[in-house]
Amino acid sequence: MATEQLTEDSVLAEIINALQPFKKLDVPITADTEIARDLNLDSLAVMDLLMVLEDKFDVSIPLNMVPEIATVGQLAKAIRDSKTGA
Amino acid sequence: MGLFDRFEGLRAAHGHIKACGADPFGVKMDRIVSATEAVIEGRPTILCGSNNYLGLTFDAESVAAAQRSLDEYGTGTTGSRIANGSYADHAALERDLADFYGMQHCMVFTTGYQANLGAISTLAGPGDYLLVDADSHASIYDACRLGHATVIRFKHNDPADLDKRLARLAKEPGNKLVVVEGIYSMLGDHAPLKEFVEVKKKHGAYLLVDEAHSMGVMGKTGRGVIEHDGVDDEVDFVTGTFSKSMGAIGGFLVSNHPEFDILRVACRPYMFTASLPPSIVASVRASLARLRAEPQMMTKLWHNVDTLYDGLQAAGFKLGKQRGPVVAVHINNPELAAMAWHGLLSRGVYVNLALPPATPSGTALLRCSVCAAHSTDQLKQVAAILSEVGRQLGIIPAEAGADQVKAAAE
Repeated sequence: MATEQLTEDSVLAEIINALQPFKKLDVPITADTEIARDLNLDSLAVMDLLMVLEDKFDVSIPLNMVPEIATVGQLAKAIRDSKTGA
Repeated sequence: MGLFDRFEGLRAAHGHIKACGADPFGVKMDRIVSATEAVIEGRPTILCGSNNYLGLTFDAESVAAAQRSLDEYGTGTTGSRIANGSYADHAALERDLADFYGMQHCMVFTTGYQANLGAISTLAGPGDYLLVDADSHASIYDACRLGHATVIRFKHNDPADLDKRLARLAKEPGNKLVVVEGIYSMLGDHAPLKEFVEVKKKHGAYLLVDEAHSMGVMGKTGRGVIEHDGVDDEVDFVTGTFSKSMGAIGGFLVSNHPEFDILRVACRPYMFTASLPPSIVASVRASLARLRAEPQMMTKLWHNVDTLYDGLQAAGFKLGKQRGPVVAVHINNPELAAMAWHGLLSRGVYVNLALPPATPSGTALLRCSVCAAHSTDQLKQVAAILSEVGRQLGIIPAEAGADQVKAAAE
């Protein structure tokens, strides 16, 4: 994925796509979805998800950031910041 | 919200597992009979989950050395190395280990957990990068949280994945320290160190190998996977423990780095805890001397590994892919695994029950560990009882044996 095309919306869409297997019931996943609580992911599953997203976006998402990432929207922001070197 | 409210989920999960009939995390050993036998709930029990790989817990010379040391130096040091001073034997054990590994320097820690905690959290500082295997032991993950480095996780035992992740950091100025284990404690597989060494050299990174489960187990003289793979001289740091093949407790860090000794006044898990009691140090020195004098103990261990692995594989269990003294029986359902674990205990076999998220990829494991002191009969008995329990619970086909006979006859 080319950097210049990496908008917040496109990152969000990719993450939501990657999270589909964890979706509970028919509640749609949005930027406000809480990853651990709403999708019932344990700490290991969250770390595995980050690895998948690192490869998808070719970025580094350090484990140090995990405590600061609660929602899908915060995850999207972390990836975008990492990609643009912010 | 109460102080303990956030443990509600954990309490429920633990309660669920205890419903199998016993608490797998609260087993009481009434009496230890030998390196391979105990009495549990009044029953004679074969110990097949103790990590006592060389069976040295009752080694006559190690016990005698500890007893002599108790008489001469007392029960404990009552303080840390930096505050209360080192006893002669602390320094002697460090020399023994440095010599055993062919390295210049060694620091001894009070536990193996603290060796990883101290080494990893201190070596990589602010602005540096830690690259850790996804299946790392808790001591490695906790070290990442204690230190101030940026932490990146790579796919388990996958040098190409590490290569890719290091490449992403190529422009970052910080030092990179890669952390892997020799033998992994849960699945019993070991790291492809030759390939990892190539990757770390390519990127100018440092490599630390935790040989906790592989010291006294792999390599011609028992140095671990670094020796097995012939990369002793290319690894920057090795950590390990005395609580497995050395039959006691404690941990160590060895290295050739010329500035190593500054760690003694920088590494908090070394500085701010009481040092090893002299009796433990004496028993570890004796156990290490025994390993150096009789590396053929490892031959017996690997013969025993084959007996258990072959027995369980023939019964139809799904096992870890690489053979080693950790033989992990995969059971996809945690409750079924807990029932099997309890079935084994009530028939006089003790193994470890390992549950997610402590295990990789959500699998529950009946984790067996093989000891050089096991008799072939004991291990055949373990395989037979495990097979009986497995058939009863439907983990392996009930009539597997009969089907094979029938297939052979047709």
